[in-house]
Amino acid sequence: MSKAAVIVFPGSNCDRDVAIALESAFGHPPLMVWHAETALPQTDLVVVPGGFSYGDYLRAGAMAGFSPIMNEVVARARDGLPVLGICNGFQILTETGLLPGALMRNASLKFICRTVACRVEARDPFFSGIYTNGQILQLPIAHNEGNYFADDETIARLNGEDRVAFRYADINPNGSRENIAGIYNEARNVLGLMPHPERAADTNLEGTDGAPLFESMARALAK
Amino acid sequence: MTQPPPNNSAENTDRPDDLMGLSDGEYDAAVSSLGRTPNFTELGIFSVMWSEHCSYKSSKKWLKTLPVDGPQVICGPGENAGVVDIGDGRAAIFKMESHNHPSFIAPYQGAATGVGGIMRDVFTMGARPVANLNALRFGAPDHPRTRHIISGVVAGIGGYGNCMGVPTVGGEVNFHPSYNGNPLVNAMTVGIAPADRIFYSSAAGVDAPVVYVGSKTGRDGIHGATMASAEFDDDAEAKRPTVQVGDPFTEKLLLEACLELMATDAIIAIQDMGAAGLTSSSVEMASKGGVGFAINLDLVPRRETGMTAYDLMLSESQERMLMVLKPGREAEAQAIFEKWELDFAVIGRTDDSGHLRLSIGGELAADIPVAPLVDKAPEYDRPWTATPARPHIAPEDIDPPGVTPDLASCLLRLIGSPDACSRRWVWEQYDSMVMADTLSGPGGDAAVVRIHGTGSALAMTTDCTPRYVVADPETGGAQAVVEAWRNLTAVGATPLAITNNLNFGNPERPEIMGQLVGAVTGISAACKALDFPVVSGNVSLYNETVSGETGLAEAILPTPVIGAIGLIEASIKPLGLAICQPGLSLFVLGGPPPTNSGWLGASLFLRDIAEREDGAPPPLDLVNERRTGDFVRAEIAAKHITSCHDISDGGLLVAVAEMAMAGKVGAELAPPIDPEAGRQWPWAWAFGEDQGRYIVTVRDATKFEAAAKEANVSTWKLGKTGGDALTLFEEKLISLSDLVRAHETWFPALMDGETSQEH
Repeated sequence: MSKAAVIVFPGSNCDRDVAIALESAFGHPPLMVWHAETALPQTDLVVVPGGFSYGDYLRAGAMAGFSPIMNEVVARARDGLPVLGICNGFQILTETGLLPGALMRNASLKFICRTVACRVEARDPFFSGIYTNGQILQLPIAHNEGNYFADDETIARLNGEDRVAFRYADINPNGSRENIAGIYNEARNVLGLMPHPERAADTNLEGTDGAPLFESMARALAK
Repeated sequence: MTQPPPNNSAENTDRPDDLMGLSDGEYDAAVSSLGRTPNFTELGIFSVMWSEHCSYKSSKKWLKTLPVDGPQVICGPGENAGVVDIGDGRAAIFKMESHNHPSFIAPYQGAATGVGGIMRDVFTMGARPVANLNALRFGAPDHPRTRHIISGVVAGIGGYGNCMGVPTVGGEVNFHPSYNGNPLVNAMTVGIAPADRIFYSSAAGVDAPVVYVGSKTGRDGIHGATMASAEFDDDAEAKRPTVQVGDPFTEKLLLEACLELMATDAIIAIQDMGAAGLTSSSVEMASKGGVGFAINLDLVPRRETGMTAYDLMLSESQERMLMVLKPGREAEAQAIFEKWELDFAVIGRTDDSGHLRLSIGGELAADIPVAPLVDKAPEYDRPWTATPARPHIAPEDIDPPGVTPDLASCLLRLIGSPDACSRRWVWEQYDSMVMADTLSGPGGDAAVVRIHGTGSALAMTTDCTPRYVVADPETGGAQAVVEAWRNLTAVGATPLAITNNLNFGNPERPEIMGQLVGAVTGISAACKALDFPVVSGNVSLYNETVSGETGLAEAILPTPVIGAIGLIEASIKPLGLAICQPGLSLFVLGGPPPTNSGWLGASLFLRDIAEREDGAPPPLDLVNERRTGDFVRAEIAAKHITSCHDISDGGLLVAVAEMAMAGKVGAELAPPIDPEAGRQWPWAWAFGEDQGRYIVTVRDATKFEAAAKEANVSTWKLGKTGGDALTLFEEKLISLSDLVRAHETWFPALMDGETSQEH
């Protein structure tokens, strides 16, 4: 039985939401791992959820990048353990260096919460196997720092290595370079994205375009 | 500690020059209840406890007339928030509170700490907050401070709620020059708790530990409650130090730690330190429990050095709670707060003295009998004069300057006007979806949030139409209640209860007191007629600005905001206002066909198009109101209605336009109006604000009309849905794309500084 683990920082606030989406896809609830832990339990997937980790007063995700549990997450990710970072989780993954670039303040300098169109740019058998390339997803965003930035060389590498997972398809809500909404690491076992697929995994909420992400991972791990 | 505490004012027996906002009579009452003159610290404590903000001394007489009971009510006014039964073993806990004055002085922090404060009021009773709403009033769009205040207030509300992970799902925004120097920021929180685990603030027992948890105490917000009880003058800027600074991350920790401790049975009583901080929390807990508190102020966690007893008692530092624990449970509680990296300090113990005794540096700093602080708080029967009735304005008496009777251009102006345009610019800065239970967020009649773990949902709304209240306080007060009831009804909810936030000017002026009395009378009548009790509330008075030019105080429009919640049973699918498909019949419910008439007095049309702020507001018929609403709810439950919207600001045509824009489906209108008269004064039927009406779309018109007839609810066919425009008698009125452009443009243009601000 495949297992997922969700990292819980004191200021995480999408931990419950993503746990529900994972439970729905995996058939059982994920493990919740407190930020002060120094070791990960037996797990096949780590999810770093959205929220405000330690308040994000210094810079979104900056302190969380140095937390005890993230040391372990980084080490295990380098050994190939799949890691998914959503919103604040994406910000934390860039702070740890698992993903390149940085998430700057939105170009509008305002927090923005709305559902936006995102295009599946590079389907991945593990994270997004159920989607097709070019598919347009309606996914909610809710962030103050989602403006993805990387230098020209990094952007060229991301494009050249087909590592841009999702792009904003209609409007670019935050000024991110090349409309980037989500990226993979070089080994493609780490995915970070600003949209919240867990908020679009219930027919009564903002549609269900996010659900296949969790189902893809559950299916890949079940094999 | 048997010696009376030293009086550190210069002369013990003389009246101090500065009574800290107390009147001479109030000061004498303080002296009489102490049996001696108060020292500086004690005077500060009397001053805040007897401030308007904490004592409700001008409004109490009238608040007592509000209906507060009902089978659904678990706890009415008097606690931190109101509690109602929502079934499934759960209770909803909710309240609204103002942070008006701080939000003018420091918009971001003022609004942020308002949101933080109301959330604490709710989770101190054991509920997890599940939704925030806010009712905002700003000055004229072209006033030089308005944009600065809007941007700070909206960012502050978002900054706090977003970080807490509590969705901000609804609210309202109005503009009027009377708010130029005194914006209103009223924040509401709704929480959910197990119905058998509600926490109250009444202390009990002797020698139980009094525990301080949360943030450390600083010198911020000292005497904030007193500041909030005085009108503004030109040195409002100098009051910046009385505004608190919020830390939503710490509040998130405090929330989680409190809920974790509340899952045990270690707590006897708990109260947040809001207005008047440690003073009001300790006095209220001791008073309700009939016990005394002995507090050693040296043990209060603090972030500044050299703080006096006065500073510590009067500080309004945020994110703090006071608890009385069961003796022996301290270690267990401490472990939880340490896990969340929060301060935890046993600062005193309960006793049977009936006194609040404070010591600092080994000396007694204050010794006040608790009961008189609360029971002998002044209560005034302030003189008041009724607001003179305004004459009714007939449609034919209205001659809009420079306007041809062209419905399309009037509609376009209204739909893009400050009070009726889209608030997207505001609510996109709020995380409305976190917690993944928001079924319907901002932009609808009422927001709808699932009750986690059940199939049912809560609907919630905030409402007030200040231009009606100023025209006729009684009708306006009642209308605010009825509009909230209608908004809940329109989404399919059974209305449960309300909280109110009464924002008025200086109650020492009889005409202002008359507005308060009228509004409370109207609220009371509407609540009784609708079985819609008041379970919590807040009063904000002295919302006036002393003009630097004239030296005269100018009051805000009287603004009694109603926050309301309703329950949507699991079997009912919540409804929205969007027209979801073409080919449906459009009906208006709750009033006769308009022929050539319509109520334009005090309407949005009259103000924004005809540029007149006069006339009597539309009257209410509470019996008809209830019958219509009950019918709407029954038809929603029976799935006969596919969308529903109440008719409010801007009247019929604005309401249809909102439904069409939301669903991106147009409508073909053919109302039964007198063609001749309708051509002469078309704005009367189109923009009249006659009350008690809804627009619905239905699939089966015949069945619906029969059901309405049987329920004795008047209804008439407005037209049918379809197309990409609004048409009237088969002529195109306006395209949806033109409507959307006008509706969505005004707010961003204002905030980008691009608007000409004509309205």
